[in-house]
Amino acid sequence: MSLSHLLVFVILSLVLGRIASARWRGRFLLAASGLAMYWLQPAIPIRHLDFWLPTATLALSVLVWASTAPGVEVDEDKRCLQQRQNRITALTLGGLVLVIALLRYTQPLCCLTPTIPPAVHQVLLALALAAGIGWAARRISGRRPWLHALTLVLLAVFVVLKSEFLAQAASSGLRLLNGQPTATASALDLRWLGFSYVAFRLIHSLRDRLDGRLPELSLEEFIIYILFFPAFTAGPIDRVQRFIQDLRRPFRLGLEDALAAGRRLLIGVFNKFVLADFLAIIALNAVNATQAHATGWLWILLYAYAFRIYFDFAGYTDIAIGLGGLLGIRLPENFDHPYQKPNPTLFWNSWHMTLAQWLRGYYFNPLTRSLRMIKQGQSSLLPLPLIIFIGQVTTMLFIGLWHGLTWNFAIWGLWHGLGLFIHNRYADWSRPRLAWLDERPGLKRLSELGSVLLNFHFVTLGWVWFALPTPALAWQTLLKLFGG
Amino acid sequence: MQNVSARRVLIKALLIFLAANLLFPVFSSSPGKGAEPKASPSLYNFVFPGRQRLPYGDQPDLAYNLSLFDLDAMFASHIIAAPKAEDEYRVVLLGDSSVWGFLLEPQDTLSAYLNAAGLSLAGRQVTFYNLGYPTMSVTKDLLLLEHALAYQPDLIIWLVTLESLPRDKQLSSPIVQHNPVPVRTLIETYALDLDPADPALENPSFWQRTLVGQRRPLADFLRLQMYGVMWAATSIDQYYPPSYDSPQSDLEADDSFHGLLPPTLQASDLALDVLQAGVQMAGEVPVLFVNEPIYISQGQNSNIRYNFFYPRWAYDQYRQVLLETCQQKDWDCLDAWDLVSLGEYTNSAIHLTPAGEKLLADQISQVTFKK
Repeated sequence: MSLSHLLVFVILSLVLGRIASARWRGRFLLAASGLAMYWLQPAIPIRHLDFWLPTATLALSVLVWASTAPGVEVDEDKRCLQQRQNRITALTLGGLVLVIALLRYTQPLCCLTPTIPPAVHQVLLALALAAGIGWAARRISGRRPWLHALTLVLLAVFVVLKSEFLAQAASSGLRLLNGQPTATASALDLRWLGFSYVAFRLIHSLRDRLDGRLPELSLEEFIIYILFFPAFTAGPIDRVQRFIQDLRRPFRLGLEDALAAGRRLLIGVFNKFVLADFLAIIALNAVNATQAHATGWLWILLYAYAFRIYFDFAGYTDIAIGLGGLLGIRLPENFDHPYQKPNPTLFWNSWHMTLAQWLRGYYFNPLTRSLRMIKQGQSSLLPLPLIIFIGQVTTMLFIGLWHGLTWNFAIWGLWHGLGLFIHNRYADWSRPRLAWLDERPGLKRLSELGSVLLNFHFVTLGWVWFALPTPALAWQTLLKLFGG
Repeated sequence: MQNVSARRVLIKALLIFLAANLLFPVFSSSPGKGAEPKASPSLYNFVFPGRQRLPYGDQPDLAYNLSLFDLDAMFASHIIAAPKAEDEYRVVLLGDSSVWGFLLEPQDTLSAYLNAAGLSLAGRQVTFYNLGYPTMSVTKDLLLLEHALAYQPDLIIWLVTLESLPRDKQLSSPIVQHNPVPVRTLIETYALDLDPADPALENPSFWQRTLVGQRRPLADFLRLQMYGVMWAATSIDQYYPPSYDSPQSDLEADDSFHGLLPPTLQASDLALDVLQAGVQMAGEVPVLFVNEPIYISQGQNSNIRYNFFYPRWAYDQYRQVLLETCQQKDWDCLDAWDLVSLGEYTNSAIHLTPAGEKLLADQISQVTFKK
């Protein structure tokens, strides 16, 4: 998201927040989020793919809604009304896609997408196909195998996008289909904006439907939740149950809300576009890691990376929360002074909090619960430390691989997983042994300060794996940081 | 939240914004403002080591360097801004990209080789400072000299070549155009044969001098400070492409030079008055002019031209004019035009390899200090 995108979004949010009536608020948010998705999508060298990827996001969202929405409504009148509303929403979405495609004929105004959209007949065909699949999905809505299959499809797409080899192969395939040369195919061709976050929201919806926790949602509500433009590119990952409460609440932007949102936006803009962008000049990367000739300065580059990634991500979150505030949606916090935390556990409770919560809810807790259920007689077969080890290490491995299927991200995940586990064991061991510190507040404060510094350096050294592309370079850099 | 009047907040914000903008031109030392060199705040020579050459770079993210036009900030980032030692004999080198060291690492520039020679003079350690800058205009050099004099040089070595002397080149350098007030002052003070009303020297408008108008120079200033980290960490201040083309050897059969045709190049065609102004400006500080080495092509039409820049007739007459001027005005001059052999040029007819720079450094140190 650039500053010009942001300026347009702020103006749009102010207008929507101020003038949109309760009746039209949903429609406006739907249209704004749909349009923003196409507008934000970066250019892709594969012909028309920067149009098809946002369209696929939309189609997937509709498909998941059709697969999760309850099939029967007891109240006949209510059912008719809902069906009518959903049909209107579906038509609005189809119309939106069509209008964006038709912009190819409005040169020089063309286009909302970075390159010219495909021919209209192709778009109509795709819309008809999507409508057909949506209709079919509606017939089998709520069936467990189907919901599981959809989850697997989303994960499969995720794996393809995050794996360089598979993404390049997919790019070659798409180029072949388009009659474009395959020699220049690259994994970077598949820059599907926002897919990671969309996938999390969709899987969350599918899982909650399976568990019977998904509230009843209209198509409009569901699409707004999935594509909500302030949080589309970089989160936070809200839960639909919380989001929908704000969406359904009548809202008219008042002074207090506007000031609070404005303050958050200003902080976000400063963090992202001033601090993070300036720190990016000196942040550790694959080139300067080999060029730096002095250990002290290499530490400075690493610190710059640590703060750059924080201000960048936290800045985007502030912007998203600020924009959401203008629209009456209180997006969840994602960061809470993570570098001031004294141990890895508290760090992960305050860094990318919504992702950590998501994984805790949908992976860690179910996994550890099921491991505890493996019993031998009355007691659990696996010892508790082993269950914690498996849970924490695999959760962090998953978070690492979410950034990309590379050895470095895997090692970064393991680094944190082991850090969490070691801290967990240490905390159990030290709690009774260090109780005397409570009576010496000065010493306790000093020990906490030491813990913060130690934890900050643990996290910062972990960034070496994250920032650099190969394990060999990261290892070399780590050695260099310690004078090697 | 306390009761807040949005109108009052907005009015206060607007007033602060306006005041900051209106006051900024008064207190700033923006490039367009004053003629006098001023000390600029800088982290260089304090937190980071001073740069060995003036900031210049088109690809900041790769070069860890950038082009900016705030001369005060540029000099403050240079190692010359460090305090002068009592036993230091300070020599500044002026000139174009060949002096700055295009495609050369800091340890391979002319000034680096001169420093490596470890010269001393009357018990004082001779230290050379690279104040070359990659555009060809002696007016640009004069502008830099004016700033350099604030750093107490004991000797000025000014490398020139014909391409930096035509009248039409004088105001074409971006750094000259972005410093219109000091350049105009130079033109008027030294009665240079240049047009002070040239559109290239347009004064910045009031709006361009406000905080908003100066956002780019301000951002460049901050970026320069940030790149200090990279300079300190890597000692890299230039992007070195993996490959480049050698100087053009086969040349066009064109004998024109900046609109001039044979047979005669007049002294008045060249900005020798700018060199004279430099000598005058330096006052007691001696100035040595060096006619820098050029690539002498042996390819097609090399009987007409020496290289991409120069037809033979123009360059030969320029050397003659420079020699006569040096004799008439009693300037110290060194003509090193054919000092460097064909294979010691990198990507242009004036850019030398490390070996070429070493050869030139040896020649300069011999002439200047061992005579």
